[in-house]
Formats: sequence, C-alpha cells, structure tokens
Amino acid sequence: MITLDINGQRIPVDTDPDTPLLWALRDTLRLTGTKYGCGMAQCGACTVLLDGQPVRACSTPVSAAAGGKVRTIEGVDRTPVGLAVQAAWERLDVVQCGYCQSGQIMSATALLERNRAPTDAEIDEALGGNLCRCATYVRIRAAIHEAARALA
Amino acid sequence: MSSLESKPPVAPGDPAGTLENVSRRHFLQGSAGLTLGIYLALPPAVAREQAAGAAPFSPNAFLRIGEDDRVTVIAKHLEMGQGTYTGLATLVAEELDADWAQVRVEGAPANAVRYNNLFWGPNQGTGGSTAMANSWEQLRKAGASARAMLVAAAAEEWRVPAGEIVVRSGTLAHPPTQRQASFGRLAGAAARQPLPATVRLKDPAEFRLIGRRVPRKDSAEKVSGKAVFTQDIHLPGMLTAVVAHPPRFGARVQSFDATAARAVKGVEAVVEIPGGVAVLAKDTWSAKQGRDALRVEWDESRAFRLGSEEIRARYHALAETPGAVARQEGDAAQALAGAARTLEAAYDFPFLAHAAMEPMNCVVRLGPDSCEIWNGEQFHTGDQKALGALLGLPPEKITIHMLYAGGSFGRRASKDSDYLLEAVHIARAIGGRAPVKLVWLREDDMRAGYYRPAFHHRLRAGLDGDGRLVAWRHRLVGQSIMAGSPFEAMLVKDGIDTVSVEGAANLPYRIPHLRVELHTPTDIGVPVLWWRSVGSTHTAFSTECFIDELAQAAGADPVAWRLAMLDAHPRHAGVLRLASERAGWGQPLPAGQPGERRGRGVAVHESFQTFVAQVAEVTVRADGSFRVDRVVCAVDCGIAINPDVIRAQVEGSVGFALTAMLHGAITLEEGRVVQSNFHDYPLLRIGEMPRVDVHIVASAANPTGIGEPAVPPLAPAVANALAAATGKRVRSLPVDPALLKA
Ligand code: FES
Ligand code: FES
Repeated sequence: MITLDINGQRIPVDTDPDTPLLWALRDTLRLTGTKYGCGMAQCGACTVLLDGQPVRACSTPVSAAAGGKVRTIEGVDRTPVGLAVQAAWERLDVVQCGYCQSGQIMSATALLERNRAPTDAEIDEALGGNLCRCATYVRIRAAIHEAARALA
Repeated sequence: MSSLESKPPVAPGDPAGTLENVSRRHFLQGSAGLTLGIYLALPPAVAREQAAGAAPFSPNAFLRIGEDDRVTVIAKHLEMGQGTYTGLATLVAEELDADWAQVRVEGAPANAVRYNNLFWGPNQGTGGSTAMANSWEQLRKAGASARAMLVAAAAEEWRVPAGEIVVRSGTLAHPPTQRQASFGRLAGAAARQPLPATVRLKDPAEFRLIGRRVPRKDSAEKVSGKAVFTQDIHLPGMLTAVVAHPPRFGARVQSFDATAARAVKGVEAVVEIPGGVAVLAKDTWSAKQGRDALRVEWDESRAFRLGSEEIRARYHALAETPGAVARQEGDAAQALAGAARTLEAAYDFPFLAHAAMEPMNCVVRLGPDSCEIWNGEQFHTGDQKALGALLGLPPEKITIHMLYAGGSFGRRASKDSDYLLEAVHIARAIGGRAPVKLVWLREDDMRAGYYRPAFHHRLRAGLDGDGRLVAWRHRLVGQSIMAGSPFEAMLVKDGIDTVSVEGAANLPYRIPHLRVELHTPTDIGVPVLWWRSVGSTHTAFSTECFIDELAQAAGADPVAWRLAMLDAHPRHAGVLRLASERAGWGQPLPAGQPGERRGRGVAVHESFQTFVAQVAEVTVRADGSFRVDRVVCAVDCGIAINPDVIRAQVEGSVGFALTAMLHGAITLEEGRVVQSNFHDYPLLRIGEMPRVDVHIVASAANPTGIGEPAVPPLAPAVANALAAATGKRVRSLPVDPALLKA
C-alpha cells in the first residue's frame, strides 16, 4: 500500500508501485478530471502538479509520486493562482470539447506560480506539451494573460 | 390532448406527437414574427413525471421548468466542443424570455420520434453542421409555447388580460397592478394550461440573447474537471476492456494464447470477439497490461495489403482515364483544345485520422432484454438499429445516456457503429454479467481506420487570349464515404458520391465550359469516414490553389479575378471582399527578418451553406520551414446566434486545418498503418498557432452551421501565401518544407 498526498489529503492507494499515477487517480481514486490522451507523455492531457512542477501522470509511476504533494484539477482552486486561471478560462470561454483543458489549466497554473507576467513566447514554451485537438490555443494564451492581470 | 391549427405531418409511429415542424414551409416563405401553427403534446412518460411532481412544467420535449426557477433545456444534439448546448439553449431561452443564468442544459435520450435531426428524416444525430440550422425554428417554438402557457397561467391567477403581461429575464409582470412572479412560482399553474394552438415568434429586432455573446453553458464544468465524458464513467461492478485488434484491415483472429494475459493481476476475463481479442480487468491499466501480454495469431488471408505508395500509383493511373461525370457545362474538351493557354496541376491528399483528444470508448450494460449505452453519442438512430440488430432487440430498447464527447470531428458518428458494436460484443461474450467499459488506447484509435479518404485530383484549365478562364476539367479519384452508410441512398446518385465531389462539382465561378469527373475505387480496404468538412477538405484545396495559379498566369489580382467570376454568388463575393479588405489586401506586407520571405494568400469556399473567405500571411525561412503569422477570416453563416461561439469555431478550425496541412498523414506499409500516437501523428502545438481575426457578415438569412466550414479555406489560403512568398506551388499534403527552400 502506497500513501499519496493528493490535494492536501493523505490517501492510501492499493496499486502496484509502477502503476502510472494517471490510472491510480482515475480508476482507483475516481478523480476523473485528469485525462488520458496518449499514455506516452506526448499530449499533456494528464498533467498534474507534483510539488508544484507539472508532470505527465501517465508516465509517472505511483511510487515516484509517493512522498510528494500531488495537485490535480480537482484541487486547483485551492490557491489564488489556480482560481485566477479557472476564472480567466471561464470568462474567455476557452473550452471547446474540454477534454484537454484540465491539463492546460494545470500547466498554466504552474507557469503563473513561478512567472506572474509571462510573454507569449514563455506561454508557448510552458504549454508546448499540452495538445488541444480543438485548437483553443488563441484563447489559452489570452486567458493566461488575463489571469496574470487579475493576479497583478 | 392537442389543439391543431392545421393538420400537422405527424411522424410515422409518433405516439404522442411532440413538437412538430408544421410550418416550415410558411416560415421559409415569410420571416420571423409570423404566427405559427404548432402541435404540442406531452409524451406519456413526462406526463407521469409531472403528475408525480417531479417536473412541475414540461410543456414539450425540449424544456422543463422547476419550482426552483431552473429552466432545463433538453439538447437533442451532441456537445463535442462546437458549442451546441449553448446555441440550443439560446434558442429556447430567447423565446421563453428566460434569464440566461437560470438555464441549464441536459443531453436528450435516444428517441428518433421526438429528437430527430429535421434535416435527416427520421434519424437522430449530429453532423454536417446542421444542429443550429435544423433547430432554429423548432426550439424557438418550444420556448415560445412555454412562455405562452406561463403567461396564460399568470393571467388566470391575476385575473388580468394576457396581453398586458410582460415577460423579462425569467419574471412575469403585470405593470398596471404591479404584480409579478417568477417562472418557478407559476410553473405548476402553467402545466395546467392548454397547449397553445399558435405561437408568435419574435422579430429579430426583439432578440435579447440571439446575436449577443452569452457565456457557454459547459465552461464551468470543463474548467473544474467535473464534466463527464464516456471515459469517466464508473458503474458498480464494471469491467474495463482493452482489445487486441488485427494488424491489417480485414484480418481475423486465427488463434490466441491468453495464459500470460490471465496471469496479470486484475484481469478477469479474456474473450474473442469478431474484431479481435478483448481483455477485461478491474481497471484500465491492468486491462492494458493483459492485452499487451496476449499472443494472437492472425488470419491475414483476406487482409488488405497495399501501401500508401501503391494506392497513390493506382489513383494516378485511374486519373488518366475519364471518370463518371459529376457536372458538365458546355464542352470542356473542345474548349481546352481551342484555348490560348492551358495549365495543368495534380494534387495528392493522404488518409487522415480524426484523433479526437478522447479516444473512442463506450460503456454498455446488458439486461435480459435491455441494453444501456453511455456514450458521447453522435448518431443515435443508426447505433440503436445496429445494436438492436445484434442483440435481437427492437431499436427503441437500446437506451443511450448522452455524455460530453472529448472531440469527434465526425468519428463518433460511426457509419456502421464500429466501436459501439465492439463494446456490445464484449459484454455479450461475458454473458452480460458485468457492465463493460471499452477503452481504446491512443494506438487503437489511431490504427482503427475510418479515415478521411486519400484523394488524387487532376485539373486542367484553359485561358483565352484575354486571360479569361474558359475551360475547366477536374478529375477526382478517391473512396466513397457514403457507400455502406445509412445515407447511401440519399447521397450516392448514378455512381457519384456527392460528398466526394462537394466543393468541386458546385464550383461557384462562372466558367463556360466545365467538366467534373469522379473515379470511386472499390478495392481499397481501408475504412473511410466523414472528417470535419468532409469532401471540402480536399476539393477546396485543389480548386482554390488552381484558381490562384490561373489568376497568376492571367496576370490578374487573385481577389479581383475571383470576384469577376462570382457575379452569380453574392455570398461568396461578400466574404471574399470583407476578408481581403480587413486583411489590407493589396498593401505590401512588412518585410521579415533577413533571409525570410513573406507572402499573403487568399481562398474562399462554401460548405454546408456557410461561406468563408480567409487571407493568410506567412513567413518562410531559408530552410523552407515556415510559420503562419495571421489568418483573417470572414464568415457568412446567416444570423449569428452567438458571435463568440462562431469566433471560437473559426479559431479552432484554423488550427485543425493547419494541423492537417503541416503534419497530417496516415500512411500504410503493406496494409499496416504506420502511425500510432502523437509522436508520429503530430498535432499543432500552441507555438504554431497563428493569430486569427474573425469578421462576421451581418445577415438576416436563417442560420447555418459553423462547426466545419472554416476548415476548408485555410490550407489553400496558406498554400497560396507560400506561393506568393516563394513561387513554389504546394501539390501534396502535408507540406514538405524541402519544396520551399530558398
Ligand atoms: S496522457 Fe499523459 S501526456 Fe498524454
Ligand atoms: S478543448 Fe478539445 S482538445 Fe482541447
């Protein structure tokens, strides 16, 4: 049994240590906001924060997450930055199908936690691993700037 | 039970005659604001619910009003990102005069009688950019009739003339006596009112929601991770299935060894189904590991074994010979022979995967004589029939729970219910003892086929001595999408699949001698399917690139040259003018960095009765790589129900089309699909996304769709910009940067 710290809660998880964090979250803990898109760190749909750093949960074994603090979309609103990102996303109606957006929001939150005024180039770099098949990229950029303004 | 103004055309088998589209004809003759005949009745289930107090006011199949003031709009179309839930709710809320904040949306169940797509006969489904267009009158009538009943209830309770009651933002008021009440307060009384025989729809000048930006109804759920997709369903006792599929189309299971698979912790069963071998486990990861541990021998004796290069060679050979005639004006052969100058061009288009972000999946629970499906459902009626036939159940016994789809782009409207049938086969193979969630991993989704068909086009055109376009011959080679689909009878005529030539056979330019021909090979065993904007994905490219090349040959300005031939097509001309004006067409582009070449290109195309023109600006580096800096779009989709959703769809379409242009290709080697995941089927990344400016033509025409029509013009506009920058013409997609090297 491995104990994970997820969104501030310590939760025992009954899986093999090499099970990807993604499936422990989704299937074992039923935290289904984190999405599966590729399973090989190509799309970013599964992005969560591990000790504040964005990681791909599909390629992070549960054992590597034990001992760290995991934040998922379900807990993103626990910080002012996460809240501001969600609010900007809603204000600009960024989402289309929505399937990639948990990952986008996690990556955007991680970016703004360390850089309160990112340029377009910095956004493109930080979000470069998050694919959006609906191509909501124009609004993702705009919403990050909007959240940055709200936090200033 | 219902009052009729005139006899409505009740759908065959309609038990309750819900809300019928009786006055479409009248409506089309006049404009909004007419008094419309309407036929309303409560379906028995709703009437029972209402008697039980569950739904105080359910005037028709499309909405419910609760005592808590909540207005629930029942959406008959799939929300896959295109904003349909928001648009449908807007139509109801507009005529109901509801407050936008009190409106929520719920997906309709499968019921072709109540929820058919009015453009698809007795079929419920979403596609062809028809959701808003077919619902435009129907859902406004649904809202207006509910409003009339609320007004009647208030008039009765307050003993005042109904004509003195005003409704605004979810509140009814009688100003002379200063009385007012919310929808919820009057819901119970409204439910006892007779259904109105006629309702008046608003004149567009009275619209409060239509034409404005109202926020999307699905944003809050989708930014908090709470939106439920098929992938997120967990039912008690459910098993997750991952399937070993054959390596080639048309192969089958010969034998398999499941020893290692069964030894994987969590694996509960391994079963053979017609399309492969399924491993069922307690969770997805165990099922995947079990699937990977399977050893399957495949019978490939009837498998399709050609590679992309061989398919292309066959198509090129076919293009040497005349095809079936899709359109003929004048005598193109003779006019070409007599032309002062002729040009020729050939174009190749690869297979493309939909690659929705949520791979295909489906949850099924079987009962002794029931079947429940959880799915982001795009083609209810077709799937009900196919699943019913497999299970020996009448179609209406197939219950479908509607969920959000994590994208689709056509894929979830499977023409033969492929992935749903697979889920049901698996559930049946375990005797229905547990609900089953079928999960396709990305690799399964990428290799399952149902691609945008590969196409080859060959064009020849003739200019007269004054540089006027006098002759045009266009030959297309590619598989039929509609063959074998429920729409075959409707859309395949005299050997011509109309969607293979859409955008080519209806070329809008005035050309005196024109001939469009089609070859439809039937020996290519790759399943093909509609893919966002369907035939126009390739026809817009070949026609708009070739027109551009001809304009250049004629020494004419590409915009002016097109406009001169669009005199009979004012809506094409309108968007072309608007986009070119807003893009500063004719003014020089600012120069790039040293070594960079810049160019501007244009394209215009109509699909699904929506007209879109785009002007693209590109910067090409010395090594041939390039970026699209800006795309200026003009769209005419009739009345703009929600301009912000329209903008979002155009932005997204630009990115979607650019993905295909830069990166998109599914290739085959000896019948095996080469690509498997996003490392070899890349999608556009944020750094590649251009700036997109969207301009919407003000229009009083009935609304048409916007989910697809901004896709087709992008690639030709960019290719024409690349030609302006480099002098090189792109003839094959995706673009090979080597072509553009300085
Ligand atoms: S699912 Fe993890 S990066 Fe795609
Ligand atoms: S919103 Fe659909 S994939 Fe991003």
